[in-house]
Amino acid sequence: MSDIQMRQPHVPWWNEPKNRGFVYQSLLFIVLAFLIWSAVDNASTNMRARGIPTDFSFWNRTAGFDVNLTLIEFSAAASTYGQAFWVGLLNTLMVSVVSIIFATILGFGIGIARLSSNWIVAKLATAYVETLRNLPLLLQLLFWYNAVLKPLPGPRDSVSVPNISFVTPDIVPTIVCAFIGGVGYAATRYARTIGGVAVIVANAIGALLMLTAVAIWLSGVVRFSGKAGIYLNNRGLIFPEFVETADTWPFAIALVVGIVGSLAFRHWARGVQKETGDQMPVALVAMGLIFGLPLLTTLVFGAPFDLARPELRGFNFVGGTRILPEFAALMFGLSLYTASFIAEIVRAGILAVNKGQTEASSALGLTRAQGLKLVVVPQAMRVIIPPLTNQFLNLTKNSSLAVFIGYPDLVQVFAGTVLNQTGAAVQVIAITMAVYLVISLVTSFVMDIYNKRMALVER
Amino acid sequence: MKRLVATFAIAAAGMIAAGSASAQSGKTLEQIKQRGFLICGTNPGLAGFGLPDSQGNWTGIDVDLCRGITAAIFNDPTKVKFVPMTAKDRFTALQSGEIDVLARNGTWTQSREADLGLLFAGVNYYDGQGFMVRKKLGVNSALELNGASVCVQQGTTTELNLADFFRSNNLKYEGIAFATSDEALKAYDSGRCDAYTTDASGLYAERVKLGAVDDHVVLPEVISKEPLGPAVRQGDAQWFNIVRWTHFAMINAEELGVTKANVDEKAKTNSPEIKRLLGSEGDFGKGLGLTPDWSYRIVKHVGNYGEVFEKNVGEGSRLKIRRGLNNLWTKGGIQYAPPIR
Repeated sequence: MSDIQMRQPHVPWWNEPKNRGFVYQSLLFIVLAFLIWSAVDNASTNMRARGIPTDFSFWNRTAGFDVNLTLIEFSAAASTYGQAFWVGLLNTLMVSVVSIIFATILGFGIGIARLSSNWIVAKLATAYVETLRNLPLLLQLLFWYNAVLKPLPGPRDSVSVPNISFVTPDIVPTIVCAFIGGVGYAATRYARTIGGVAVIVANAIGALLMLTAVAIWLSGVVRFSGKAGIYLNNRGLIFPEFVETADTWPFAIALVVGIVGSLAFRHWARGVQKETGDQMPVALVAMGLIFGLPLLTTLVFGAPFDLARPELRGFNFVGGTRILPEFAALMFGLSLYTASFIAEIVRAGILAVNKGQTEASSALGLTRAQGLKLVVVPQAMRVIIPPLTNQFLNLTKNSSLAVFIGYPDLVQVFAGTVLNQTGAAVQVIAITMAVYLVISLVTSFVMDIYNKRMALVER
Repeated sequence: MKRLVATFAIAAAGMIAAGSASAQSGKTLEQIKQRGFLICGTNPGLAGFGLPDSQGNWTGIDVDLCRGITAAIFNDPTKVKFVPMTAKDRFTALQSGEIDVLARNGTWTQSREADLGLLFAGVNYYDGQGFMVRKKLGVNSALELNGASVCVQQGTTTELNLADFFRSNNLKYEGIAFATSDEALKAYDSGRCDAYTTDASGLYAERVKLGAVDDHVVLPEVISKEPLGPAVRQGDAQWFNIVRWTHFAMINAEELGVTKANVDEKAKTNSPEIKRLLGSEGDFGKGLGLTPDWSYRIVKHVGNYGEVFEKNVGEGSRLKIRRGLNNLWTKGGIQYAPPIR
């Protein structure tokens, strides 16, 4: 037996696996290169013969059309097809990023809700997932655009959101409210120590008392008056624009200081926890720094912004900022649809963590919330992230359905209008494909870094 | 992997072979004869121009032009396949050879011939762009549309004219572009837009779809020239001539009083012009690659230009558009055809 293994068979050099592989692969490469070259050459020769443009000179030509949603300066008179490309690309990125954020938050919520021990919550979440993921996305987009947003009133009958103004709270009602709220809170704490139906009763009374306290207090300090300058109609949601004033800078600096300060505090608190095991109230301090500091500057310097309120003039509101119904419909459609898939991914991730982990964490004295946050979710993330990346990519690509509801994304503006006006079909489609490829690769790359950070660190 | 690459290579080679074959021969007429029918790109749903009726039969002035072409080739107006085209895709489809002729109320412009590699064979409808608004807005002129939202179909000259009009009059507007005219009209109908803009003929045709016709008014301004006509690819002069002369034959027939009903009778008259038109004198079809009675076939099966106009967009139709510019040059319009001789 060993004899046969030892004997080296004589192989001629041209038949050696390494050389043979090299030859075949070079041949394949040459054939492929020739095919691609001849395809490109053939296409461009035929295009030239038919008088179809084959170069990219259209890029710098004046566009001559308008786009109704532009993040950069764009006008029919002065802008080029190249700028139209950037307008479309930015619109695609904007709707994708916003939708990804919403879809992720909603998806995590629904996914956890599906695992809830509360029967109603779990079934509602199941119904949500089963309905939304089983209906075609285009149908959902058309539903949001035509059935939900279109029946809104016209600009002249806009729904107006009332203004909310605050008055200084009086000290006596505040103390009374605090007392009622305190009793309510005590009731819910007490509920935990007893068993049976009494738990529900005590909890209900406690919650009712707390809500009453908040309602009384708010009714004393909040007054609804006039119009806030927020309007809803079939042209979109229009709200006042924040205009920079001389006092904007202290506000902005305070905000930045607050964010940086909280990050530094978190870092320090972690160090302390590692050393001594003591936990610092990171969330509270961060809230104080991020919200409190800017609030202080407004008390000292006055309002950091002027509001430019929209006004009804002629056909529509002038001034203010507007969220287009096309954008809203696309964002709702994409977020809700993708959230149903993310919910399932999250559920799968959490179920993938062994039940023993939860039990071990409660044995260590962690509360349910702490166990979920510190033990279960970090392990679940390893399962969640790779398919989550897929959903982000899908959402970005699905945003090209915008063309059906008139949202000016990359496909609508560039692969639609620009292609049609210039006739440079091959170039425009090639650029569009390359852009989606780059967006997808960048998303994958970023998620990959995150995945590596979350992955099991082996020592 | 290797097998996959090989499959891909074979597929690519096949594509290249097919591509070069169609590019080299360039004889559109031969391809059509071999195939047995004409492929005509048409509007998916514009009353009077290209619209399937309740039985699925295509009707419209553009549709009848394609029937005329196929009647001239095959002596049978039914040997044509209509392919509905969105405004956005139509030129790419024609460039790539997916369709033989594009009769889809397309506007003849300089850049579409010079940059897109197309040729317009004639003008079968002289049109101009207009605006439609809801009557209750109380707008009487397009110049009062400052700040209005306007729904428009994407990828059309309409989109560019709209920008030009508001720019040259120093007015502001919000244009919302949709992929198809149906979606643009739906958005207008639901109140998303104050105005809807397209060619005037289209406004009348679309208004019929809105139900309560009297709630909408077409504003008097015509903001552009829109000569609508059939287009073909560049590089096949013979095919271009067939399309162009089909249109001219229909106009000449109207001018000479030859109709679908009286064409057989008229063929017996002594008028040399009519004899040349109907093929009993000379052989004017030969240069086109057609039979001598090519235009007899067109009139016999489809009718003359006036008949087609009346039936599809004129008094005989729901649109009730007057002839206006589209009348013959002898009757105050600008429809004029060079003589057949």
